[in-house]
Amino acid sequence: MNLTLKIWRQKNASDKGKMVDYQISDVSPDMSFLEMLDVLNDQIITKGEEPVAFDHDCREGICGMCSLYINGEAHGPDRGVTTCQLHMRKFKDGDTIYIEPFRAKAFPVIKDLVVDRSAFDRIQHAGGFISVNTSGNTQDANAIPIAKEAADTAMDAATCIGCGACVATCKNSSAMLFVGAKVSQYALLPQGQVEATDRVLNMVKQMDEEGFGNCTNTGACEVECPKGISLENIARMNSEYLKASLKG
Amino acid sequence: MSGIFNSSIGRKFAMALSALFLMFFLLQHFAINILSVFSPDAFNEASHFMGTFWAVQYILQPILIFGVIFHFVMGFILELKNNKARQISYAKNNGSANSSWMSRNMIWSGLAILAFMVLHFIDFWIPEMNTKYVLGDMSGMHNGEFRYFHELVEKFHSPIRVGAYVIAFVFLALHLLHGFSSAFQSIGANNKYTKSLQGFAKIYAIGIPLGFIFIALYHHLTGH
Ligand code: HEM
Ligand code: SF4
Ligand code: FES
Repeated sequence: MNLTLKIWRQKNASDKGKMVDYQISDVSPDMSFLEMLDVLNDQIITKGEEPVAFDHDCREGICGMCSLYINGEAHGPDRGVTTCQLHMRKFKDGDTIYIEPFRAKAFPVIKDLVVDRSAFDRIQHAGGFISVNTSGNTQDANAIPIAKEAADTAMDAATCIGCGACVATCKNSSAMLFVGAKVSQYALLPQGQVEATDRVLNMVKQMDEEGFGNCTNTGACEVECPKGISLENIARMNSEYLKASLKG
Repeated sequence: MSGIFNSSIGRKFAMALSALFLMFFLLQHFAINILSVFSPDAFNEASHFMGTFWAVQYILQPILIFGVIFHFVMGFILELKNNKARQISYAKNNGSANSSWMSRNMIWSGLAILAFMVLHFIDFWIPEMNTKYVLGDMSGMHNGEFRYFHELVEKFHSPIRVGAYVIAFVFLALHLLHGFSSAFQSIGANNKYTKSLQGFAKIYAIGIPLGFIFIALYHHLTGH
């Protein structure tokens, strides 16, 4: 396959940045999108130029590190996959592909396609955990009975890999699918109840402080989320938050 | 409670409450207007009651005015805040791949409704207020009969007014096609009833505006 790539290049956080065109030939349809970028970088390095910086780690869809806004969609046109799982067979010979960083005020660009998603970490630090006493008399987890449905729904929420595609996709740059998932995975389980009130209040407060926008229920996040995190999690966070506000 | 309405979720909640209130009002407004098609007398009676009963005039009407203003002012605030959350826009963005046109353009459908409401105020509401509270005529009568039905039919003579009416209600339908179920999601209700609710939302969002359009066209075309 021969492709034209339009890639966002930006030297550093303070550089203005711009879209730059690249031609690439002999792309195999079996390559992953990141492998295609590896090949491109080889060519760029051979020419003695600065390679395109992009995020990646596991390259098997579990770490949430890869990003990229490809042809107007987070993680590209395929559904239920991350960019590392996207294959070039989703494109046609002669295609022009736009490759941009995830864009949000709360996700500043560090270089080229690499953005700083540590806002998500700070939201997690604000309450995305349970405090367990590990002083030697830890209770067996199976000693607490949990309804199958609650366990399943909590597990579904817990599959969020924190990639930020929801934010990148959302017209409002809202982080509510991510935060909704993180709130839900504990709200559904008995272990999460102790800190439930503070958790949701603190996580939402941090989310707002980071400068994410406000959900208007377009549902774009759910469609683009590589893990299929459901909008139900946002509704659950909303009701948890309203309950907590009345209490706290 | 502290700070709830300064939070993103609190604002969404307030937005949804104002919207639910407006949708309830719209239903009531429709119920009275449709009477004009079946029975001018019943329409006159209902209009006179709504226009003169103290609880409607001095309690519900101010709440409604507040609700409308709150809704669109909050709508503007949220829109501005949300635009600020992404300062550099994408060179290529494929919004239709993952969301409906209606959901992405609530501010535009809302602005169209707002423009219509300004007209509607000048057209119906200000003359009403003038007759009742400036001229002090609370009788609701003109030439020995109730004036409401007559006034309604007269207004719908104008093809321009009827045209504007139809266009506005198309935008209202677009607004509600997203807004109705969105409001329930905002107040935290997403459960086993959501699917049926979305079905009902479609019926309401298309049915009610279509009903208003029908009323306008009926009076325009029949001339009574
Ligand atoms: C006066 C002009 C109006 C403006 C400028 C306006 C604007 C907006 C905006 C910006 C939103 C938020 C977008 C979103 O959540 O997706 C919204 C939501 C909504 N609006 Fe309006 N609107 C207006 C009138 C109305 C009217 C008359 C109704 C109903 C009869 C209505 C019903 C709704 C509903 C149901 C929602 C969804 C609330 C939610 O998601 O929580 N709006 N409106
Ligand atoms: S909710 Fe989905 S899109 Fe958002 S961070 Fe989690 S896995 Fe990524
Ligand atoms: S590199 Fe780990 S999910 Fe893509």
